[in-house]
Amino acid sequence: MRFSQAQIHRYSRQLILPGFGGKSQSKLAEAKVFIMGAGGLGSPAAIYLAAAGVGTIGLADFDRVELHNLQRQILHRTQDVGLLKVDSGKKTLESLNPDVQVQVYSERITWANIREIIKGYHLVLDGSDNFPTRFLVNDACFFEKKTLISGAILRFDGQLSTFKPHAGGPCYRCLFPQPPPPGTVPSCQEAGILGAVAGAIGVLQANEALKEILEIGKSMAGRLLLFNALGLSFEVVELRRNPDCPLCGEQPSIRELIDYPLTCQA
Amino acid sequence: MSGISAGIDREIPQKPDGRFTPFDQELNLKGKICPYTFIESMLALEEMKPDEVLRVIVDYPPAVCDVPRSLKNEGYEVLQVGSINETDWAIVVRNKEVE
Repeated sequence: MRFSQAQIHRYSRQLILPGFGGKSQSKLAEAKVFIMGAGGLGSPAAIYLAAAGVGTIGLADFDRVELHNLQRQILHRTQDVGLLKVDSGKKTLESLNPDVQVQVYSERITWANIREIIKGYHLVLDGSDNFPTRFLVNDACFFEKKTLISGAILRFDGQLSTFKPHAGGPCYRCLFPQPPPPGTVPSCQEAGILGAVAGAIGVLQANEALKEILEIGKSMAGRLLLFNALGLSFEVVELRRNPDCPLCGEQPSIRELIDYPLTCQA
Repeated sequence: MSGISAGIDREIPQKPDGRFTPFDQELNLKGKICPYTFIESMLALEEMKPDEVLRVIVDYPPAVCDVPRSLKNEGYEVLQVGSINETDWAIVVRNKEVE
């Protein structure tokens, strides 16, 4: 790939990283990353991926920007309130880096369309805010053999892992076989979230996505990061594949996508 | 900056070097500063065939030390560094054997 002078300047601080060079930059330009949710996690993740020069970013969200989103969803600005989040996000990302193509999905992502959509991407980032979507994304990634960088946040805590059962590691269901019953886990609306916690986990999702694209460093597959903002602690625990996993286990009971209802407590 | 320049001035060749190392391609980076001198040299090498030789011309004194050092760190063989006239230096580097 030939780089323009502007691209050489834009990416100079990563081009000079040991072992990076033009080949890594080309890999980023060719990479296609799908981000589920243009909210607290998806915003910082998308911004850093776009800034790094990831060529195609898919943004999925059917919500519109609201004032209470702006405390953490840094893709959006005050004047964007009322716009579709994907349109606001596309505008922010393309103004940050015109090298990036942003594909937007403002329709609700369901069992009926998700596999067809993620087929066209190399990597999926989950920044969704509810369990039905989280399980849907995990299952779709399993069936489509896509690496999933999963992030989750609540109050002052965050979690992150990479799931690629197609390469031997566990999937999200190895950790949580079924969604919790509605109402048993508080949502961000009930529990609150510190914006910077979303930022920390979302940026780490971008970091892991870049590692997966470039095939560098140690993948978070088979490991779970537990982050607590109050104690500022990062703990990494090992995750093992669950042979009884209903999705990727030895005798799977899930053979197609499940349409979990999106309840108000989810 | 002046302290850094003073250190580099002691190391860089100041007089034209009579030796001539054959090269396959030349890259004129006059007017460019670090780190772009190194980045453009590396990008040019990535586009060249294995084992081919690139001659880079620079006129930014810190690049005379920084570019060869950075290229060596990336695994390239620096064949020659020398002044070619009052203002310019040539850095001759061989591409890696395998891509």
